Amino acid sequence: MNYSEKVIDHYTNPRNVGNIKNASAVGEVGNAICGDIMKMYLEIENNIIKDAKFKTFGCGAAIATSSIATEMIKGKTIEEALALTNKEVVNALDGLPAIKLHCSVLAEEAIHEAIADYYRKDGKMSEEEIIKKCNLKAENFIHCHE
Amino acid sequence: MKSIYVDNAATTKVDEEVLTEMIPYFSENYGNPSSIYSLGKENKKAVELAREQVAKVLNANPEEIYFTSGGSESDNMALKGIAFANKHRGNHIITSKIEHPAILDTCKFLEKQGFEVSYIDVDENGILKLDDFKKEIKDTTILISIIFANNEIGTIEPIKEIGKIARENKIIFHTDAVQAIGNMNIDVQELNIDSLSLSAHKFHGPKGSGALYVRKGIKFEKFINGGHQEKNKRAGTENVAGIVGLGKAIEIAYKDIEKHNEHLLSLRNYYFEEVLAKIPYIKINGDLKNRLPGNANVSFRFIEGEGLLLNLDLKGIYASSGSACTSGSLDPSHVLLAIGLTHEIAHGSLRVTFGKYNSKDEVDFIIDSLVEIVDKLRNMSPLYEDFLEGEIK
Repeated sequence: MNYSEKVIDHYTNPRNVGNIKNASAVGEVGNAICGDIMKMYLEIENNIIKDAKFKTFGCGAAIATSSIATEMIKGKTIEEALALTNKEVVNALDGLPAIKLHCSVLAEEAIHEAIADYYRKDGKMSEEEIIKKCNLKAENFIHCHE
Repeated sequence: MKSIYVDNAATTKVDEEVLTEMIPYFSENYGNPSSIYSLGKENKKAVELAREQVAKVLNANPEEIYFTSGGSESDNMALKGIAFANKHRGNHIITSKIEHPAILDTCKFLEKQGFEVSYIDVDENGILKLDDFKKEIKDTTILISIIFANNEIGTIEPIKEIGKIARENKIIFHTDAVQAIGNMNIDVQELNIDSLSLSAHKFHGPKGSGALYVRKGIKFEKFINGGHQEKNKRAGTENVAGIVGLGKAIEIAYKDIEKHNEHLLSLRNYYFEEVLAKIPYIKINGDLKNRLPGNANVSFRFIEGEGLLLNLDLKGIYASSGSACTSGSLDPSHVLLAIGLTHEIAHGSLRVTFGKYNSKDEVDFIIDSLVEIVDKLRNMSPLYEDFLEGEIK
């Protein structure tokens, strides 16, 4: 696989591996059938992401995108984290092979799922509002990203 | 950094002796074997010697050996050639679900050409379900193609019995023996084989050089149109150096095959013992008894194969995996799914295939590395976390 130096660095020494006990938010996306699962843990205080950790089952690109995505959202506001796109994740890694681009989409979705979890626990928004704000994908069927 | 090559089912290092034998055919004896002057005749002799070397190993007649560019071409030449030449007898072909893509993809092509193909299931160890196989035979069946030994899990199929059934029913029997040749004795007479593919680079010969055995009397179409080379079945100036390398490589491989197999088997068994003793939650894939001596295929639960391979690569260890991430497709290996593995277990497979240049010290280094890497990846895995918390079994 033709990975950039950045990707190799991130899967060799991934940042922020682990979980957060009693995290403010947890989001999990992907499934074992497709070969990628990303679980994102966030600690949120006063609308700021104080800490982010992850656990990922997947290929080198999945590990690297999880690692860099947690770095990119730390210290950001919820709104800034929601605005992070998979393209920015890919650029931060100096690119990904075409067949691995779906990993960056998973990272974006994991952040969105985690923030949705935060809003649900918060209880102030309706599910409809959460889905809209976090741009959540339907989860009723298994689809592997291409 | 020292490198450890344990991907001998993918390809092998060319033996020095083979290379030495090949070199003059690039620089000095470069003539065309079809030419009538002495430079050409020398090459013709070299090609015919290689044909004898291959025939001797298979217990075949030299005139039943056709040189090709490798295993995939041999499989294409056999299946398409036999199917088209025997179309008047019927249009049904039987194969298995764990064939190499060179067979499966060719069968898909033949289906588009009007042939009907049955894909037979295998059991949980990868052995062809003979009862299912027998039931598929019908009046229109003209060809059976079953892999001799599987490239991923190393399972050896009951070739002699399949050949016997084929013969009793007057059906032509082809076997893709690309992984088996060089690792076990194969006698086409004893095993009732009508057609067989082999590839030089799997047994320390050069890439781009293979052969097809077709029993005398079996009709098959010319595969490459053009000149009259290879008894008018495959046109094109012979790859003389490649053919010479193939002949030498097969001769060396069978000079002391028992000793070679013992060496591979001792490394493989030691690897299995160590990996089972030192890493929990693993599964050995494939049959333990009917198995190629150098093949070890193990699934490590809760982790994904590409991550494993990348980390092994950082330590200089070269192996392979049945994970989707390494194949460029979305699905894990069709072979691992055919033996009933879940996607998760299939994604976590690691194939280590030993060869003659591997040593016991290397196995120790691989095991030490695996212990460290599997632990690291599991600690990163949400599936392992769920497992430890009792959420999944």
